[in-house]
Parts: sequence; structure tokens; C-alpha cells
Amino acid sequence: MSARPEPETHVAETEKDDAHWTAQMIAVGAARDRAAFEDLFRHYAPRIKAFLIRTGLAPPVAEDCMQDVMVTLWRKAHLYDPARASVATWVFTIARNRKIDMIRKTRRPEPEDLTWGPEAEPSQADVVAMRQESARLAQAVAELPERQRDLVQRAFFGEATHSEIAAATGLPMGTIKSRIRLAITRLREAMPEGTADRDRDGT
Amino acid sequence: MSIRHPIGDDLLLGFAAGTLPAAHDLVVATAVSLDDDARARLGGFETLGGALLEQADAAPVGDDALTAVLGRLDEEEDMAPPRRICGGIFPAPLQDAVGGDLAAVRWRPVGMGARQAVLHRSPRGTARLLSIPAGQAMPDHSHRGTELTLVLTGAFRDGDLRFARGDLQVADASTEHRPTAEPAEDCICLVVTDAPLRFAGLLPRLFQRFLGI
Repeated sequence: MSARPEPETHVAETEKDDAHWTAQMIAVGAARDRAAFEDLFRHYAPRIKAFLIRTGLAPPVAEDCMQDVMVTLWRKAHLYDPARASVATWVFTIARNRKIDMIRKTRRPEPEDLTWGPEAEPSQADVVAMRQESARLAQAVAELPERQRDLVQRAFFGEATHSEIAAATGLPMGTIKSRIRLAITRLREAMPEGTADRDRDGT
Repeated sequence: MSIRHPIGDDLLLGFAAGTLPAAHDLVVATAVSLDDDARARLGGFETLGGALLEQADAAPVGDDALTAVLGRLDEEEDMAPPRRICGGIFPAPLQDAVGGDLAAVRWRPVGMGARQAVLHRSPRGTARLLSIPAGQAMPDHSHRGTELTLVLTGAFRDGDLRFARGDLQVADASTEHRPTAEPAEDCICLVVTDAPLRFAGLLPRLFQRFLGI
């Protein structure tokens, strides 16, 4: 491989925050920035692999799946919408879907995608607000009493049943939901005419 | 469009975590496509998943993995386009399962004018489209497991409750319910069950045996 461009800034891993990962993701999406992608890889690949192992994949399978996820991240980077999800959330959904598709050998049904209209894009204020709400939720998860955090983890790692999942309370889900709801409304307003659902009244 | 009977958080959390059977994934993806509030709740649970991923202990990943991935970045590979709003009667995930919109459904009669089309069948769950003629009741039935009924066109009433496009009815094993289509038009629903339906009458039970309801 020829000399790869070094990242412009050398920031210690611990100092990299959500804003950093958002910027790197956008650099990959907008400019096909390989250095930014390598940075994302070094941070997320080990976490994706750990997550996949935790949900029951054997380590070699998790390794293959993780590599597919990272390639997908590169290919779909231009679709990443920072007003609707943090990078961690987006990575999580790609990893989850890839794992299910591998197991089922067919594509998992996903909700219809909402996309920005040709003239529109998210406002910086919305992007920052989304990031802050995501960080707040992550903080709340980290601060949960151990027993409750364990329940939430068990739910996500497939070790709990539906009714047990309902016990995943005590998290401020209302605010993140409101923030995402707002982003969806903005998207609906920005979508080109004729793509709205036939019964939708636009509210 | 207002959803009076929205999909519950338990299903959305299961979908977010990726722990639902395939048939249930289909009904959740379809319901979420019709309900922006449910979409936002799902997004909240996915944010939770992102937080857990971010906080996960790192598993060892070698530099050879990075090299392998970098080597694949320039590969041309068919990437299915993301599903967009398709503007049909069926939302995109349901169209994918059917192979088209309403006109593409291959209906089979199940008696008394009702029709069904099985879209997915596995030990963990079955997904089918069900069409109940205008003004008629769905054959009386009960079930061992849980039945999820998502209305796509028309509306049905069950007791005092009305279910229209985007509404989801959840009936568990103890529910002996009798959805009746409103008189204006046929009611078409996506029905997901995790155990076979049992119809109360003898004749429907024979249908059940022959038609695999």
C-alpha cells in the first residue's frame, strides 16, 4: 500500500468525543477521507467485534461480520445524518442488521428510509442538539445502578425476553425521542413532493 | 394520519436490539413506516444500543483486519439502494416481502370471503396478509401465542375499539376477539402470529388444516 495520508491532528483516543466522530464520519461521507476512516476503524472495529461476540457470534464469525460492517460504513457514509443519530448509534444499527442478514441469509425488513430533499440538509443546531441528547442518554446508561444496567445490556445482547426488557426503566427515553421526532418532522418537511405517504397529512 | 393504537415499546426495543423473529421484524418495520412517533421511539432505543456499543469493552482487532478492509473499499459491489418512501398502499418493507404492492399479492381463499397470503413462515412466527370483506367478521378464532394485527387498508372494529391504517392490535392467548371489517371497504391487515391460529368453528378448523393457517 502506498503512503497513506496521516490524520491532520493527533488526538489521544480518550480525548476524542462524539463531535470528533461525527466530523470524521462526515469527512468519509463527503470527501472519501481514508485517514478519517482509519480513525473510525481503530475506534469502532474493536467495539463492533465485542458487541457481536456478546450477542452470540463466534469470534472468527464476529471478525468477518465486523469487517463487512466497516466496509458498509464506508459505502453508506454519505447517507449518515448527524441530526438523527450519533455515529455510535448508526454504527450499532449497521452491525445489528449485518449480523441478522448473515444469520438469515436474507435482508432484514427495515422501515422506509427518510431522506433530505435535494435542497435541504440538517441545521448545525439540530446536529449539536442530537449529539448532546445522545451523550446524555449514554451518560444515564453509565450511571444506572449495576442491576438495572445489566438488564438493559441483557435486553440488547439478546439474553432477555420482551417482558424483561420492559424493566429497562429509569432511562430518560422521552427527551431523546422528542429530539428524534423533531428531526423526522424536519425531514418530512424537506422531502420532495410526491414522496410522502399517500395518507399522510404532513403533520 | 393519527395512530390511535400505536405499536408498543416492547416490540420497538426488540426490533432495535435485533432479537425479534423475522415475521415480527416485518410487522415492526411496516408499522414504523406508517407512524413517525413510533419511528422516533425506535430511534431512541437505537440510541441506547449505540451507547452500549460505545461503552462495550474492545475486542482485539489486528492491523491485518484494517488492511483487509482498506483493500475492499474500492471494490465495486452491488449495494442495494436504501428503501425510500414508495408512496404505495404497502410501505417499502412490506412491498419487499410481497414482491410488489397490493396488486401483486397472491391471495388464497380461507372461507367466508376472507383471503390470505402467507409471506413468511418459520417455527418462531408466521406473517400473512389477511383480507376481510367489507362488513364481515374475521372467522372466530383464538390462539396459543400472541397475534399482532396491523391495518393497511380499510378499518375494523373489535368490541368498542376501532383500528384503521397504521393501528396495531395485540391479542394474547386469552383474547377471544372478533374483528369485523367496517362496511365501507375491505380491510387488509398484516397479521403476525407466533403460534398457529385456532378457529372456533368446525368448518374453519378444516380450512385451517388444509390451508395452514
